[in-house]
Amino acid sequence: MLAPMICLPQPDAAIIARKAEILTGLRAILDAADVIDDDLLLRAYETDALTAYRQRPLAVVLPHTTEQVAAVLRYADREGLPIVPRGAGTSLSGGAVPVADAIVIGMGRFNRILEIDYADRCVVAQSGVTNLAISQAVAGRNFYYAPDPSSQIACTIGGNVAENSGGVHCLKYGLTTHNVLGVEMVTPQGEVLRLGGRHLDAGHYDLLGLMIGSEGLLGIVTEVTVRILPKPQTARAVLIGFATATGASACVADVIAAGIIPAGLEMMDGPAIRAAEDFVQAGYPLDVEAVLIVELDGPQAEVDELIGRVTGLAKRHGATSCRASADEAERLRFWAGRKAAFPAVGRISPDYLCMDGSIPRRQLASVLQSIAELSSRHGLRVANVFHAGDGNLHPLILYDANRPGELDRAEAFGSDILRLCVDAGGVLTGEHGVGIEKRDLMTYQFGPTDLEVQHRIKRVFDPQLRFNPGKVFPTLSRCSEQGREHVHAAVTRHAGLPRF
Amino acid sequence: MDSFRPHNEAELAQLLSVPGPAFELLAGGTKRSIGRPMDAPILDLSGLSGIVDYQPGELVLTARPATALVEIEAVLAAQRQRLGFEPPAATLLDASRQQTLGGVLMANSSGSRRVTAGSARDHFLGFRAVNGRGEAFVGGGRVVKNVTGFDLPKALAGSWGTLAALTEVTVRLVPAAESESTLLFASTSVDAAVDLCSQGLGSMFEVSAAAFVPDRGVALRLEGLVSSVQSRIAGLLATMGRTVHTQLAADESRRFWQRIGAAEALAGCAVIWRLSVAPRQAARILDDIEPETFQLDWGGGLMWVGTRHLDARRVRGALRGGHATLIRAPEAERCANAVFEPQAPAIAAIAARFKAAFDPQNRLNPGRMS
Repeated sequence: MLAPMICLPQPDAAIIARKAEILTGLRAILDAADVIDDDLLLRAYETDALTAYRQRPLAVVLPHTTEQVAAVLRYADREGLPIVPRGAGTSLSGGAVPVADAIVIGMGRFNRILEIDYADRCVVAQSGVTNLAISQAVAGRNFYYAPDPSSQIACTIGGNVAENSGGVHCLKYGLTTHNVLGVEMVTPQGEVLRLGGRHLDAGHYDLLGLMIGSEGLLGIVTEVTVRILPKPQTARAVLIGFATATGASACVADVIAAGIIPAGLEMMDGPAIRAAEDFVQAGYPLDVEAVLIVELDGPQAEVDELIGRVTGLAKRHGATSCRASADEAERLRFWAGRKAAFPAVGRISPDYLCMDGSIPRRQLASVLQSIAELSSRHGLRVANVFHAGDGNLHPLILYDANRPGELDRAEAFGSDILRLCVDAGGVLTGEHGVGIEKRDLMTYQFGPTDLEVQHRIKRVFDPQLRFNPGKVFPTLSRCSEQGREHVHAAVTRHAGLPRF
Repeated sequence: MDSFRPHNEAELAQLLSVPGPAFELLAGGTKRSIGRPMDAPILDLSGLSGIVDYQPGELVLTARPATALVEIEAVLAAQRQRLGFEPPAATLLDASRQQTLGGVLMANSSGSRRVTAGSARDHFLGFRAVNGRGEAFVGGGRVVKNVTGFDLPKALAGSWGTLAALTEVTVRLVPAAESESTLLFASTSVDAAVDLCSQGLGSMFEVSAAAFVPDRGVALRLEGLVSSVQSRIAGLLATMGRTVHTQLAADESRRFWQRIGAAEALAGCAVIWRLSVAPRQAARILDDIEPETFQLDWGGGLMWVGTRHLDARRVRGALRGGHATLIRAPEAERCANAVFEPQAPAIAAIAARFKAAFDPQNRLNPGRMS
């Protein structure tokens, strides 16, 4: 059974017919150079990191100030125009894929860090500042911003808020939602709100908590206040090889059960190990079917003690190799293979789909086994590279979009994996978001009432359903014929970004 | 009252799906004195009790909301685990009653470790609940990492039972620390105390809590392996260039932080406010309020302020951002004053529509947060 093609909402022909008038309206608010309608330039905005789906929007605007964002949104509200918010366009779930009758609001010009406050340990940044730029801005004083999505050199803090982004270290330090103190945002009606601030927790309903991870459905964030943390005194990693994924999975469970919360606990399976080793020669064992990278950080005395405990657990689970990093160079070498795993897989397959299910840790071994069975059934290879410590799987489904029907088969395989995650007591997405990619599977995880409760919240903020249409919630709207093009080499966009 | 005591989710949904009165939701009842008083029959949720699933290796627990907190804490302690947000005792409110897990989550009640480990809402992974329309629904999930759909646990945490009645909750757990120790330093001023807290929390030595009680001084807590705690204390003292006033060993340290979490220093005050602010504002706010007594937690960001008179205008007028909640006051004062921080008009309008999305007939804790 093939997965149905993901549909983008049918554009409103009446809006498209008014394009010239709308551009004039937008240019009355913004400088002409900040309103893009040139077909060639619009191509830069036609997709995000889910590159199998492309759609040029009606126009792109690049405002410089919150007041400009508000003015554009008041105009769009008056005119009934759909809006697609966009940070750096690194969403892996199609969260920033445009629709044909929408105005994309690109937040790239909101690129300034406004304040660094070491006494209260927070940074105030405009929403287009990159994730990594925040850590870099405070590195000199030995602070950092903890969530580290793999695209952190490119992705924006505003996009992180929209997606509630995670990263390798969120096992210990939490997702975006645990590290954001406040936002300035603009509602679909063009009202500027401040939620949170530099204090902790909400004095009334936690609308800030609701905004984080709302995937651009409720408004657009213009400024973010994040907590920064002192850098740990030291970090060390252990690279452990296992003859089977089952052995590695059991070791993961025992590390957690032993009361150890590593800064990162990553697993790669045989195909991923061999692809990575072939690509970057990180020194991974090639005679194993799974490796774990367990990173401990914190005070020196604690880290050294815990390294010993983890090593002991690994041996008890029959590890075939186990090496603790002796110095920083070796620790980084352990990570080099992991961080290069996605592009490495890109070298052995013309295209791949990256899935993002999340499961209870105790289900790791059985779910990996079922994924292997699905792989043979669908006739497509799979490589597993994932955050084992928090049960967040990233199966990479290898396919060739140039072969007719193969993308459809890859998507069907992916849907089966996500249903498997839900059946195992897990969820559709651990950190990449629902977007358009998993939208039609929402009914598998949630019942009609559950979804209606969430959709009512959507309508509280956006009663006309104009913000990021076609994302997160399954709709009955007819398919746009322009929706999906079969694009080869889906990994070429942001090819230089590490993916993990 | 028996007719308003559901034994399961289906009975609760049935009760709320047919026209009927508005209810005051009650289980343990320790926090009943917080919020505007309600004149409504009690919806007794104490029947929704018991641990549903606890797998220590998952660091996740699922329970019905009226399960007593002490029961959960005992079960976790037996596995050397705990709730990361350190829910404080409710002795300031009503020591004769038992806090429940659901009550703690609905109040987003977090203790001293909140400043480093997150609040109740941060550990609240998922739930089943019945809203004011009588609809049973789920939010979040049972796994630690989940961004599927809106983050409804955040929406319900701190909603004080005004949106939905919980029927089952899932929380994440953390390993219990093997050891802890607390350093006490004398401090001459509130500003100096907050600075000291900031130094501790901003250091690489993993201070897990930082408080200031005027008659005890600044307290910094370190938790972890025994060997690690001792070496971090040495490192911290060297970095700060401080001599220790007092060092509290494990048991004494635990008792100290229990008293801080429960704000016992304010037990004698007629009126108690709880303020969440940017830590560096604490000293100025205290100058403005001139309270009878106070204590600071969360490195200065959580202010417990005791006053003789309500002084709502003065307390809230002292804020530059953040919020003030009235924790203790005579009932008449709670009727006449906003217990929760008044919101900007645009946000209040969204909050009202938000409430209506869950509870359009205003049947759940009517007026409590108004």
